[in-house]
Amino acid sequence: MSTAFQKEIHVALGDLKLQKTITTATDRFSEKRLDVVAPNVLPEYQELRDQAHHIKRHTIDHLDYYLETVEARVQSRGGHVVWCADAEAAVNAVIAIARKHDAKLAVKSKSMVSEEIHLNDALEKNGIEPVETDLGEYIQQLARERPYHIVAPALHKTRGDVADLFVEKLGVERNEEPEELTQVARRVLRRKFLNADMGISGANFVVAESGAVVLVENEGNIRMTTSAPRIHVAVAGIEKLIPRATDLAVFLKLLGRSGSGQPITSYTSFLSGPRRDGEINGPDEFYLLLVDNGRTRVLADKEKRQTLYCIRCGACSNVCPVYRRIGGHSYPGTYSGPIGAILTPQFAGLGHEPTLPFASSLCGACGEVCPVKIDIPRMLLALRRDIKKGEARENRWLPEKLAFRGWSWVMRRPRVFEWAGFFAQAFLSGQDDHSWVRTGPALLAPWTATRDFPPLAPRSFRELWRARQSSSGWIPTHAARKQKKDA
Amino acid sequence: MLPIALERFMSTRVSLFVTCLVDQFFPRIGLAMSDVLERVGYECEFRRDQTCCGQPAFNSGFTGEAREVARYFLKTFEDADHIIVPSGSCSSMIRHHFADLFHKDTGAQKAASELGTRVYEFTEFLTSVAQIDDVGARYEEVVTFHDSCHALRELGIKSAPRRLLENVRGLELREMKRVEECCGFGGTFSVKLSELSSDMLNGKIQSIVATGASSVIGLDASCLMHIEGGLRRRGLPVRTLHLAEVLASR
Repeated sequence: MSTAFQKEIHVALGDLKLQKTITTATDRFSEKRLDVVAPNVLPEYQELRDQAHHIKRHTIDHLDYYLETVEARVQSRGGHVVWCADAEAAVNAVIAIARKHDAKLAVKSKSMVSEEIHLNDALEKNGIEPVETDLGEYIQQLARERPYHIVAPALHKTRGDVADLFVEKLGVERNEEPEELTQVARRVLRRKFLNADMGISGANFVVAESGAVVLVENEGNIRMTTSAPRIHVAVAGIEKLIPRATDLAVFLKLLGRSGSGQPITSYTSFLSGPRRDGEINGPDEFYLLLVDNGRTRVLADKEKRQTLYCIRCGACSNVCPVYRRIGGHSYPGTYSGPIGAILTPQFAGLGHEPTLPFASSLCGACGEVCPVKIDIPRMLLALRRDIKKGEARENRWLPEKLAFRGWSWVMRRPRVFEWAGFFAQAFLSGQDDHSWVRTGPALLAPWTATRDFPPLAPRSFRELWRARQSSSGWIPTHAARKQKKDA
Repeated sequence: MLPIALERFMSTRVSLFVTCLVDQFFPRIGLAMSDVLERVGYECEFRRDQTCCGQPAFNSGFTGEAREVARYFLKTFEDADHIIVPSGSCSSMIRHHFADLFHKDTGAQKAASELGTRVYEFTEFLTSVAQIDDVGARYEEVVTFHDSCHALRELGIKSAPRRLLENVRGLELREMKRVEECCGFGGTFSVKLSELSSDMLNGKIQSIVATGASSVIGLDASCLMHIEGGLRRRGLPVRTLHLAEVLASR
């Protein structure tokens, strides 16, 4: 049985140009990351990861308290807080705000949660024009594609691809120079910024003690998005909270480094509410949307709630041998890479794409680079367990279940295990010369399609050991135990 | 009288857990391991009741079955002094993941974590308990070394095998590119998502071949079986060897 996900994998693996583009881009990110977290550059790197983990754990464990704190602080500064239980509630809230303020054009900065709730589609359907202003996101919007990578949305596109896209969508002359391509986007986006009625941003962090939304970026488009239009709407998942501004001393050191290999991003903005009297910049109205959309369900699961610690740096994708081969669009759901493999099943349900948590060799490269130390391999294992339990309840995948029941039975009966090995050997070696198997039977066929499989050894270790010991006084286990007890 | 933990630590008796894979497919690795251990002054026992650590079921999501086998493992080795394993992956399963399996059974969890302190991956034992970097081996070949994922990331084993290899007479170690990248085995992953697994293997084989080494050395028979399966299918002359086999040769 091949799922939609497996078909995507097959297609991506066959696309050599795509493979090369992903490898080059993720390698660049990973190398830059290694340069800025090296022990001689950032000796406290591992301590920072521990601190970040503990701050996130504390915040998530006391999220109810911090959410209420944020609400009070934002309101006290003249901002509005909107609680959104799900994607529909969130998009409806944005549409209602736009209608209230008669907004027709909305500029947007990069935000994964806005992708998660499919905000752009909903705005378009309701006569509001959304314009992505992050260069990568703008490219993706023109191509009508979802982000390919958490921090680099158009990672899979070469400069040639972008040049072609601009010719097709913007009617400009073809030019592949990145500087010129940036200028094209800049010219279009400047006009949009000046005419926009509304700016929509995400939030990298929401500081509970002050109600400030913290945003990091390199292009300056977030500054424009959040200050030029009359209205600023910040959309944040409820897990984005941190208790205090001083905690940013930990997170800002880790986010830029892990995400793009920068000691710090070019811009860091602290936005707390609408423009106050005497201030020159800033919106008339400020709205903070706090989006649940499945997060409280994850929160309720003590074992897997650490998934919510994620600060969306994308480092796990860059080092993942699976992401690096299958790319972001093969993943079902908004979030790609290892973090997507543990987020999507928890957001969308285990039955959504049951193969997803199994599409990993459990190599652990993701957990090794995670700046907040989410134990991603352990989460994958827990999800695998949950999926198999669910399947067992519905009596699906019975053959695999039966195979493991049988396996467990044998593995607790060493004599049966010995005889099974012995018989398998006798049976298999009948026509065999102990060379590696090139064409395996049913279960082995997927292996032997591309790899040889080893033959069973003519004599198992236990047989060889016995032979070796019988010439030098071998003692069986139970006798050894007794001997030890007596001694 | 010495406290039992210390007595066990000082013991020169070691119990071999050869793993199901080595037992049935690659017994020469287990024999090589016992040869080396005996050479450096340890007395080896092999408990015939041993089978498997339970990892295949655990990684496939069948925790109930894995727990049964893990419990059986605990019983088999409960009174062993040092348990030496020619696999980073199985060592990590016992040391780290047994605790997850028994989270509802504090008795078993305690037993597992106590036993976990006595379980050693082979090179880890040689270098940190036996304190030996040189076992007097000779192997006159150009080799490359593959870091297996669980030894590297779950047990933190990076320098131990290299120190041991450095002291093998006549051996030249050539590091491969992307040495820490997975070979794509991943247990049932290699069959369930075989196309993806094979693509990962492809990358690993390219890195190995580029070194010009005649053999690739590793700490886990599982990774080596996967890599050798790919090498053989491609008709490449490179062979795989467990580090114990290199250390046993003289």
